[in-house]
Amino acid sequence: MLLRKVGWAALTVLFVVILNFFLFRIMGDPTKIFKDPRLSPAIIENIRIRFGLDKPVINCFESLRPFKFKPELCAVSPFHTQFSAYVTNLAKGNFGVSFHSQKPVSELLRQRLWNTLLLIGAGQILAIILGMLLGIIAAWKVRTIIDYSSLLVALTAWSVPTFWLGMVLLFWGSTQFSLPLGGMNTIGASYDSGWEQFKDMVRHMLLPTITFTLVWLGEYMIIMRSSLLETLSQDYVLTAKAKGLSTFQILKDHALQNAMLPMVTIIALNLGFTVAGAIQIETVFSWPGLGLTIFEAVERRDYPVLQGAFFMLAVCVILANFLADMLYSTLDPRIRS
Amino acid sequence: MKALSNPLVALGGFIILLTVGMAIFAPLIAPYDPDETVRVTLDSIYARPSSQHWWGTDDAGKDVLTNFIYGSRVSLIVGFFASLISIGIGGFLGMLAGYSGGRIDKWISGLTNIFLVIPDLPLAIVLVALLGPNLLNIILVIGILGWTGSSRLVRSQTLSIKERKFVLRAKALGASHLHIIRRHILPHVLPLMIANAVLVISLAILNESALSFLGLSDPTKLSWGQMLNFAFTRGAMSAGAWWALVVPGFGIVWLVLGCTLLGHGLEQVLNPRLESHHLMPNPHMTSIQTKTSEAAPHLAKKPKEAS
Repeated sequence: MLLRKVGWAALTVLFVVILNFFLFRIMGDPTKIFKDPRLSPAIIENIRIRFGLDKPVINCFESLRPFKFKPELCAVSPFHTQFSAYVTNLAKGNFGVSFHSQKPVSELLRQRLWNTLLLIGAGQILAIILGMLLGIIAAWKVRTIIDYSSLLVALTAWSVPTFWLGMVLLFWGSTQFSLPLGGMNTIGASYDSGWEQFKDMVRHMLLPTITFTLVWLGEYMIIMRSSLLETLSQDYVLTAKAKGLSTFQILKDHALQNAMLPMVTIIALNLGFTVAGAIQIETVFSWPGLGLTIFEAVERRDYPVLQGAFFMLAVCVILANFLADMLYSTLDPRIRS
Repeated sequence: MKALSNPLVALGGFIILLTVGMAIFAPLIAPYDPDETVRVTLDSIYARPSSQHWWGTDDAGKDVLTNFIYGSRVSLIVGFFASLISIGIGGFLGMLAGYSGGRIDKWISGLTNIFLVIPDLPLAIVLVALLGPNLLNIILVIGILGWTGSSRLVRSQTLSIKERKFVLRAKALGASHLHIIRRHILPHVLPLMIANAVLVISLAILNESALSFLGLSDPTKLSWGQMLNFAFTRGAMSAGAWWALVVPGFGIVWLVLGCTLLGHGLEQVLNPRLESHHLMPNPHMTSIQTKTSEAAPHLAKKPKEAS
């Protein structure tokens, strides 16, 4: 069972590696961007050799765009292709060099990954707690005005584009409460103590975290509500009621634990979408995370950074999904057997 | 027409119809021509809402209301066609997996699980950035990446219908696979697929607006996401021009909410969920029974014929 799950995760990572390689080959020869006439063909050829672009993309194919199939290249050693070079570099943690800053991509991404995890973590935890609470209330008070209005609020919250909510909150928060316009810290500030620095970061984190929470609140509420409704209509709840337990006791001891299971799956499945939210929120609030990196890389056509950031995001999501899957099977004894 | 009595369906349908009407009759409703050249003066940039410009002007001195009306077209087109592609792929693969079972099911489900895990917006960003941002590419990318949910839904629905007695009977009578799929499976899966398609439209619209906001929009086609991108990158916020921010955002929320309401409403009508439980003061557990027979008369009315 465990082995199979590890196998699936590994297979998905492998799929992402292959996808990520071929995606960035379909745009053609990257040296085409050198339009300077003073560059002699010999120099360009030198660059091609240095970056391994003189090798075939993969066995049998010299390049994918323009599409060049060459049967004589099928005999090439599979370790002398661009693909093999890419995989070996990836295994060494080498993501290439940024076109824009000339720094190694892995170095750029490492710090930014933590910033993204910090933001996503804070937003998700808040959204899960609040969403579950609202969902419990809505299910308990089903078919009352409380239920209907919370459902409408949840559906509306789901319909709001993440980036737009961020923009509105930024506009409102910065004018009304003079909250910072973006970034992680006040630029050029020096702090007397670690506590001061922490307080400054919290001020910067406030609006993006609220945006994150509001965006996800609705979905968690709806799922908690329907999951709890289903649990509450089971016969063991009727039995508990017949035994004379109070509503609070039934909710606490009988219903909630069982209603939690679908939540775990949904939270895991949502991780992919969370990342999508992170790109939008980080762009609006200039939060220096992986999402902002992707936005900047697109603007600057910085393909190595884009490729590396996409790979890192995908692997993080796969990993988180895998962990959630494991958690689910420990929570639900019926699956373990 | 029973579906219309569901408040979610009625409200969602009304919102969508209104927006579609606005998109079709845009030249008649819009106060200005969006392509007309305007002489920009310092006063006409981010001008406050006034009698000439009800919702103010944008960074180029253009009427925000006009842009809003014309911008609905891109959202509707992308939403509709991308959802069509997603549902087409998802429906086909889901039905194939559910109906044939065995190794084919294993392969398709495996592929679905892999695609489900890969974050779709980052992949869409990479694809659109590499292929070039034009309307066709945006529709294709959003459509092709959005099939996983529908595939799983259609698969599970097909699986449950495949084992029903009327399908087994048709099989025993020697009906071909194509006949069973067309006459027995499809009619039962299609309503759910339509409800799902409406929900997929709302996702596609949100994805399109996010791509546009990140600067990956068709530069020749005005859209709500693009308006927000301009507002964000061209200083609407520091100019205090809240109208350039609120108006297009309202359009997206309005249309997506319409699709969400309609989709959830249709799902409710087709597949009534539990709306009562044992902790309610006055349990209505019996109402579920009547609801099922209303929603699926072919199952409840003539049980003898089905068995």
